[in-house]
Amino acid sequence: MRSISARFLYSALLFALVTLSCASLIAGKVWVPWSAWFAVNDDPLWVIILELRIPRTILGVAVGFALGVSGAALQGYTRNPLADPGVLGVSALAALGAVMTLFFGVTISSPWLLPLGAMTGAIGGVAVLLLLAGATSSVLTFILAGAILNTVASAGVALALSLSPNPWALNEIVNWLMGSLVDRSNSDVFISIPLIALGCGLLMMTARALDALTLGDMGARSLGVNLAATRLLLALGVGLATGASVAATGVIGFVGLVTPHLMRPLVGARPGALLIPSGLAGTVLVLAADIIVRLMPSVVEIKLGVAMAVLGGPFFLGLLLVLRRRLG
Amino acid sequence: MTHLVAENVHVRLGDRQVLSGVSASFSLGQVTAIVGPNGAGKSTLLSCLAGLRAPDQGVVKFGDDDLMKIPARERAQRVGFLPQIPEVAWAVEARTLIGFGRTPFIGSRGLSVEDDVAIERALVMTNTLDLAHRNVMTLSGGERGRVLIARALSGQPEWLLADEPLTGLDPGFQLDAAELFRTLANKDGCGVIMTLHDLHMALRVADHVVVLADGHILADGTPIDVLTPAILAEAYGVDASITHGKHGPLIEILRCR
Repeated sequence: MRSISARFLYSALLFALVTLSCASLIAGKVWVPWSAWFAVNDDPLWVIILELRIPRTILGVAVGFALGVSGAALQGYTRNPLADPGVLGVSALAALGAVMTLFFGVTISSPWLLPLGAMTGAIGGVAVLLLLAGATSSVLTFILAGAILNTVASAGVALALSLSPNPWALNEIVNWLMGSLVDRSNSDVFISIPLIALGCGLLMMTARALDALTLGDMGARSLGVNLAATRLLLALGVGLATGASVAATGVIGFVGLVTPHLMRPLVGARPGALLIPSGLAGTVLVLAADIIVRLMPSVVEIKLGVAMAVLGGPFFLGLLLVLRRRLG
Repeated sequence: MTHLVAENVHVRLGDRQVLSGVSASFSLGQVTAIVGPNGAGKSTLLSCLAGLRAPDQGVVKFGDDDLMKIPARERAQRVGFLPQIPEVAWAVEARTLIGFGRTPFIGSRGLSVEDDVAIERALVMTNTLDLAHRNVMTLSGGERGRVLIARALSGQPEWLLADEPLTGLDPGFQLDAAELFRTLANKDGCGVIMTLHDLHMALRVADHVVVLADGHILADGTPIDVLTPAILAEAYGVDASITHGKHGPLIEILRCR
């Protein structure tokens, strides 16, 4: 069993990230050729670059990283390969929190309220999850707890939709829920980036505890790991990273589920060493999917969240089949 | 010399009084076996001695200090613990897993040369060098048991507390592990405390035996003084006789009452 060297893995991922970022700035319904980049201010294409492509690309990178790291951290802590902010209902609760702010129409008063609602939902989600399933940490309990959270959140969203005071709010909620990088502004970037960075930073601090947790709760505690502190870092980190991501782009599922699986064999399965590669792979996945979505020859652009679900659903199914074979 | 001392330890789990007033003293350089019937509170006592569970009443003293007041990282550097369930969550390499035993020592820069030396030493001591680059998920039960013992040893603890470390190992590995614990106590001056079901092993390997029954200490002393027919009858409800075999004393369990 050999894992490839960390330096090679990081170089490859960073290379893919830079390449796709450039592609993301260029590609779309309107192609921005390199010549436009040097005709500063004169070319009308600059508006596209500055107002559309740059925020879209930066958000793609940030959201992909946040979801990849969140998924890897949740899987590491729960020792459950099916954990992910989407599967465990954290994203759904973040969406519910955001929908509440849209429903009450308070988002006009401050651009911070929607992210605040989303993060409150996400942090609450992780906290409830750890409360429901934390003591046992069995695969089944976590998935069941996630199913409960998902049900509660979707019921809440459905309620908000059915009680929606005006068609404008309804339209906004539905559109926003589907998850997309389209038409994000620079202010979305400025609000979400620091929160995502903070959340990911907190999650990085759990790396050593996640490694030790490979030996189980008792094993980790006997090695001096403070599980209560780890849980707090996890709840705040996933809450901030996932909450801010959902606030900026709506729900984009499966990134946090897929990327840890792809990266795990490459880092020798060490949960602590998985965090950053999983985040980088998340950026690559989101950027690639977003570029494909843009280039699809459809009249109305397919939502990124929908495309990701189309890709992720079968992956999840395959994963379950493999796991069932291994457990059975 | 640092002693590990339980003073009047009480533990309640739910509505069951698991330990009621346990007092016992443990010394470095000795192998202590905690024996007793299922549900006697052996594992609970061991986790109290490892600082992983605070007694509801009473105290565990580490030298002159309350064990629970020692910072977790420092405690982890000095007291190694081997849980009963050989849990390994991910398909890591054996050497990586053994390296996790260095967790309480690792600084911000990852594994140091010192850490590598400690890991190598643990590999040699447990005879697991040939398993170092194997995936732990593909190891047999016995191999995994050895790797997990190596994990506990890589921290080079003053105390090694092991919860039924011999359960599930074949007779050959049991003897290897028992010999390893003896070496740790004799050569390194380590204090080894383990819970055991195998009374014969306790008689052969331990310097000091604590018999626990129903949350109380029934007997505490040298194996030959403690593992007597009368005490075994009281603890387990069996008739036992001690015979003298060619290589030392043997325990024969005759029948259940």
